[in-house]
Amino acid sequence: MNQQPIRSQQPTHGGCVLYRETPSQTAGPYVHIGLALDVAGIPLRDEEIWSRLATPEADGELIEVVGTVIDGNGDLVRDAFLEAWQADAHGEFQPDYDLAKPFNSFGRTATTAEAGSEWSFTTVKPGRVPGANGQPMAPHINLAIFARGINVHLQTRLYFDDEGEANAVCPVLGAIESPARRQTLIARREEGDNGTPRYRLDIRLQGDGETVFFEF
Amino acid sequence: MKKPDNRRFIPRERNWHPPAYAPGYKTTVARSPRQSPVSMQHPTRSELTGPNFASLRLGPHDNDLLLNYREDPALAGQAGLPIGERIVMFGRVVDQLGKPVPDTLVEMWQANAGGRYRHKKDAYLAPLDPNFGGVGRCITDAQGWYHFRTVRPGPYPWPNDVNSWRPAHIHVSVMGPAISTRLVTQMYFEGDPLIPLCPIVNTLNDPDAVETLIGRLDMARSRSMDYLAYRFDIVTRGELQTYFEPGVTL
Repeated sequence: MNQQPIRSQQPTHGGCVLYRETPSQTAGPYVHIGLALDVAGIPLRDEEIWSRLATPEADGELIEVVGTVIDGNGDLVRDAFLEAWQADAHGEFQPDYDLAKPFNSFGRTATTAEAGSEWSFTTVKPGRVPGANGQPMAPHINLAIFARGINVHLQTRLYFDDEGEANAVCPVLGAIESPARRQTLIARREEGDNGTPRYRLDIRLQGDGETVFFEF
Repeated sequence: MKKPDNRRFIPRERNWHPPAYAPGYKTTVARSPRQSPVSMQHPTRSELTGPNFASLRLGPHDNDLLLNYREDPALAGQAGLPIGERIVMFGRVVDQLGKPVPDTLVEMWQANAGGRYRHKKDAYLAPLDPNFGGVGRCITDAQGWYHFRTVRPGPYPWPNDVNSWRPAHIHVSVMGPAISTRLVTQMYFEGDPLIPLCPIVNTLNDPDAVETLIGRLDMARSRSMDYLAYRFDIVTRGELQTYFEPGVTL
């Protein structure tokens, strides 16, 4: 191993010696070479993990989810990379990533100057997933944000503004003390292209309207 | 696999990882949240599950950067190989309990031997290598092992302080069993004098944490007249047994 095992400060596990987790380092400005080849200008391999989670054949309502990432100066972050993880329309996760399937729970996207500094996913609106006590959570998409200047990726959730009733009783939204800050996670529905509904969420890394980030 | 709702991962040690705000690395100043993260006391299925890429169809050279960007795939022998010091980067992905993490996706990207990235936005003076792309991926085997063949990347200057240089490094991305274990980091090279000078390395407060990011020269795994080997083991968050249903309301 690279390191000597240490007695962790964390709860012990049957007296077991624990290793420390490998520490994070920023994904940097060239993250696209490794995880978003098209954005870097590198030829694609046979199969790439990208922003289409669902095809029109998938169960549920096909939607587009878009947004920007904004820094503490109010400037658009043009080199952010995002990952999405969500349930299908029935509230079930589909962990086995397979591009032949109409729906996958995982996807990736990036903001680029060429795309107006917006990220986007094509997916279906997720169903409700049970929370820790079996109490259903409102439909949501987990998002992870990576970029130059972000040392450990930020974790947040995207909710939907037309799910008001479900949002009102979602135990995770409810655990955010400030009702005003809960609003930072709610994407707004707008007219999309070709009749596909579009939901928009701008992620604010810092300052006024700062997005709620989670640790778990 | 256990029922996802019953999974539990050892909490991340925030002081072991770099802080979000680390002004020595200037870009963090405007990109770090000012509010504290909201701690989920009871992570849900949404956090305790994650993608499995065992079915992703990988190309035959996806983990071989010496061959996966050859201008002409029909070339053989030395023709069309990238310039640079031939190395193998390998290691094992284990969790904090020492348990191997099998079938997980490991991805990596890097600059070429001159310190230049094949990226639209990299305009460094050093030239691109027509035979080097700089991206690799593989799936760990049943014991958690991964390996890549590549060239050692060069250091390069970047605008932070007046004269900041990145030590030679390879970016590494690991998924692990859930999105809770997601990890992106960088491997440095043993003996590189630029490591202690680097503002990004120095976002880590604990010198022991820096040590764990240094790939070690492994002469036993190196191959005579061919390549040097650097070992980089990766530790993901440990998964704990849960004996009782979490959060049961009496």
